[in-house]
Amino acid sequence: MLSKRIIPCLDVKDGRTVKGINFVNLIDAGDPVEQGMIYAEQGADELVFLDITATHEKRKTLVTLVQKVAAKLNIPFTVGGGIKSVEDAFAALRAGADKISVNSAAVRRPELITELANRFGAQCVVVAIDAKKVADDVWKIHLNGGRLETDLELFSWAKEAESRGAGEILFTSMNNDGTKQGFANEALAQLSEIVNIPIIASGGAGTMEHFKDTFTTGKADAALAASIFHFNMIAIPDLKRYLKKEGLAIRV
Amino acid sequence: MNLVIIDYNAGNVQSVKFALQRLGVEATLSNDKHTILKADKVLFPGVGEASYAMQQLQKYDLHRVIPHLTQPVLGICLGMQLMCSYSEENDTSCLNIFSPNVKKFDPIHKVPHMGWNQLYDLKGTLYKKAKEDDYTYFVHSYYVPICDDTSARSSYGIDFSASLEKGNFHATQFHPEKSGKFGEQIIKNFLEL
Repeated sequence: MLSKRIIPCLDVKDGRTVKGINFVNLIDAGDPVEQGMIYAEQGADELVFLDITATHEKRKTLVTLVQKVAAKLNIPFTVGGGIKSVEDAFAALRAGADKISVNSAAVRRPELITELANRFGAQCVVVAIDAKKVADDVWKIHLNGGRLETDLELFSWAKEAESRGAGEILFTSMNNDGTKQGFANEALAQLSEIVNIPIIASGGAGTMEHFKDTFTTGKADAALAASIFHFNMIAIPDLKRYLKKEGLAIRV
Repeated sequence: MNLVIIDYNAGNVQSVKFALQRLGVEATLSNDKHTILKADKVLFPGVGEASYAMQQLQKYDLHRVIPHLTQPVLGICLGMQLMCSYSEENDTSCLNIFSPNVKKFDPIHKVPHMGWNQLYDLKGTLYKKAKEDDYTYFVHSYYVPICDDTSARSSYGIDFSASLEKGNFHATQFHPEKSGKFGEQIIKNFLEL
């Protein structure tokens, strides 16, 4: 049976892993390659590296990171952060990334999703969506790490992303992110009804039960978390044993 | 050992090269038919879309070379699908090493089939030291039906070929280079053929 996936996310700045809440008070947390290897050893199913470096040399730093990770890691990984063009994506995939994730650039120019899917195949195109619930059932897409609200609505944008060739959707609920009160399961379940591509739940993980809930109630295919893994609040092997015991399809 | 990875602009060649390096083996990337013919073993990875990939093989005349290789060959993911006779993906004629037609998954489940899934009914030389029900990493929207050459099956709505084997030709739908320790063992087994 296809297993539910546990995906630790690593934020990388200037080639180093950083830890912080909502990108503030960042502290250096070591080498992303070593950190990624530790997660892989512990049983992570996939990793996401989000490059938050903001320089003109962006593509170069991303490619260097990808090459180092790909040389060591024996599980799949996605890179995101500043991929704006087919050329950026090609550089990352050619360096050994399995998937690339696009966020703001795809909202600004939706054709980018189509171009990426046509050139590389839908399977490596992850569309990341940050959205905030502004009224009942109304979720607004935000850009630039959540600082800029748009008029785009979550469900219609997800549908458009799928029709343009997205292979997967990574949905972060800004209302839940950082709260440790659980994932946005209602919206996640609705997403799974609307589109027929895998959904990665992100934002709100605090306990092992939250993961179970997002896989059952939220119908998520994968769950992503950063701080609870970075700060060792939940150990991946314990989490996976728990989920398996709860009857979910889990690779242990 | 002279290992060649076929590099035809449609492969996750770097990932396969890195996976071999982690096992202490260096491989050459090449699209040159003479280099490929002389190799002791050939790896044939693939990611992307079938008709584009076949065009790339034709560009280098590899569509005529690959079916006649006599050394061990390992096709991976799209590589395995291209080794079949035909793919529904953009109505593409393929290499016809294995007889099945590649079909698109019925969208009763989410497509692509993406993530870790279990293997059953393991047979053949790639599965030395492997056990039933182990998980490997898959990413694909098209599948090879069960056939006489199926050497392992997996299931996603229906049973499909997780791998194929016929003589010197081996192929996996999953990515051994991304399938953790289990995948490493499969690659090791291939290298020891």
